[in-house]
Amino acid sequence: MWEIKFSGFGGQGIVRCALITGAAVALHDDRFATMTQSFGPEARGGACQSQLIISDRRVLYPYCTAPGVLIALSQEAYDTYEPGLSDGGVLIIEQDLVKAKVEAKRVVLHSIPATRFAEELGNRLFANLVVLGFFTAVTAAVSPEAMKKALPGLVPDRFLAANIEAFDKGYQHGADTASRKAGAVH
Amino acid sequence: MKDGRVVEFPKTVPADPKGVLTGRHFMDGDHALAEGALAAGCRFFAGYPITPSTETAERFAERCPEVGGLFIQMEDEIASITANVGAVWGGQKVMTVTSGPGFSLMMETFGLACMMETPMVVANVQRTGPSTGLPTLTAQQDMMQVRWGSHGDYRIIALVPDSPQECFDLVIDAFNLSETYRVPVFIMTDETVGHMHEKVVIPPAEDIRIVERNWYTGPKENYRPYDFNGRTIAPMVKAGDGYRFHTTGLTHNERGYPALTPEMNKRVVTHLVEKIASNADKIIRTEEDGLNDADVVVVSYGISSRIAIRAIQQARMSGIKVGMLRLITVWPFCETKIRDVAHAVRAIVVAELNYGQVILEVERCAAGRCRVIGVNSCGGAVHDPEEILAAIKEGAKR
Repeated sequence: MWEIKFSGFGGQGIVRCALITGAAVALHDDRFATMTQSFGPEARGGACQSQLIISDRRVLYPYCTAPGVLIALSQEAYDTYEPGLSDGGVLIIEQDLVKAKVEAKRVVLHSIPATRFAEELGNRLFANLVVLGFFTAVTAAVSPEAMKKALPGLVPDRFLAANIEAFDKGYQHGADTASRKAGAVH
Repeated sequence: MKDGRVVEFPKTVPADPKGVLTGRHFMDGDHALAEGALAAGCRFFAGYPITPSTETAERFAERCPEVGGLFIQMEDEIASITANVGAVWGGQKVMTVTSGPGFSLMMETFGLACMMETPMVVANVQRTGPSTGLPTLTAQQDMMQVRWGSHGDYRIIALVPDSPQECFDLVIDAFNLSETYRVPVFIMTDETVGHMHEKVVIPPAEDIRIVERNWYTGPKENYRPYDFNGRTIAPMVKAGDGYRFHTTGLTHNERGYPALTPEMNKRVVTHLVEKIASNADKIIRTEEDGLNDADVVVVSYGISSRIAIRAIQQARMSGIKVGMLRLITVWPFCETKIRDVAHAVRAIVVAELNYGQVILEVERCAAGRCRVIGVNSCGGAVHDPEEILAAIKEGAKR
């Protein structure tokens, strides 16, 4: 059972992230996924969040009660949602846009230069896919194969290859990070 | 868990494959409503945007060019519902969606649709009221309005889905019921289910059973648009087929002509009520779990029933015998079922996202035989499972 919150500002593809992950889980990993999102003016430029529950059994309560994973791609999103993240939860932030407070020791913090990576790949709009690849690698909440299978139809056809590249870039970075952390422990 | 979802209709045909998006989808409830309508053969949709139902209209508009359908955005909700009634008499299967304020505006025309015995489907993606209220937040506050909101006596059918999958499934049932009983059928969903993405499986067209309109085929001069017998329903014709028929929202006779007497009104209203009441056992569907040896039964519907299940599971872990009765059909109300339950249990807990609406029906049917405890809310958010658990524990006390 995973409770995952994606957050940022409108236009960063926050809802798309949750949609892709949910579709990957429900249609290609054969588990249950329930995704909800914030509506109204905030979805068009203000703080924006989307929630995903992943479970082996039918999801009953559709919202996060104690998110185990928080993805925050803006400072406002971090400030708003970080206090709600469970102790020991996974926090993924955009390295260049979010300044984490020092006392963020209670959670497992990952920061990733997603926008920078995306720009290197040719378009800052791919940042959300970089984040998704990274998230997939560090949490293993969903298989990378399922994530890639979920992309057609949820990203524009002409950017499919570029989005897969962005996902792989993030995934690789996440895998490296995970092995580095594992090395540090042992 | 016993599934009371399946309903049998006497004469059905397979769905037209053109409108059926067979496959597995990760889809929200609003989109599933539109796909259900297309699968059921609905090809006309007059709508008006209102949060949180607009996605259904958008989806239908997007799909129309692919399936030979027509979407028209009308100037307001009154126009949208009225155009739909007109389109039914022009031979189409129709649906529209709306939410609180739009639902209020449509009320007069719901009465017209009931009086003219017009088959149609209307979904209300409920949001928090009164007035503009909380447009983007969930509620189940229109449950009595759908039953009583238009003036005069009539009956409607209302179904409540608890997931995007059920949005799809119940819209097809709703069309079938509306064609069977020539009555508007309402899908009383809510913002949470409407905006929630989950897996929706759309079966192959041949596995979707559709009740076609019961077209009249006899001699033209014998055609009567109405038959006020309280059980069966007169067949329909459509404008342009040479029947030169008339219908009106006034009290009318079998020919559809105004007949403005108390006697005629008694016949008409009795029929409108009885055609639903006398067939209630064929219409009503519930989902039940653990009712047989329960001390407490939780009655709930739609999104609230999912939250209730979590509370029920926790209560069972602490040793309370608690059953679940989920209303899939809220109107007509499952009176017999509630009476039977009330005989056997200590308490019925009713969890709904309003200040106490369907609980009034439960209290009426329980008639003092057991305690009835409401878990109510003023909308805006779903229940906390703890609130329902507390009510179950309260009800389990001797």
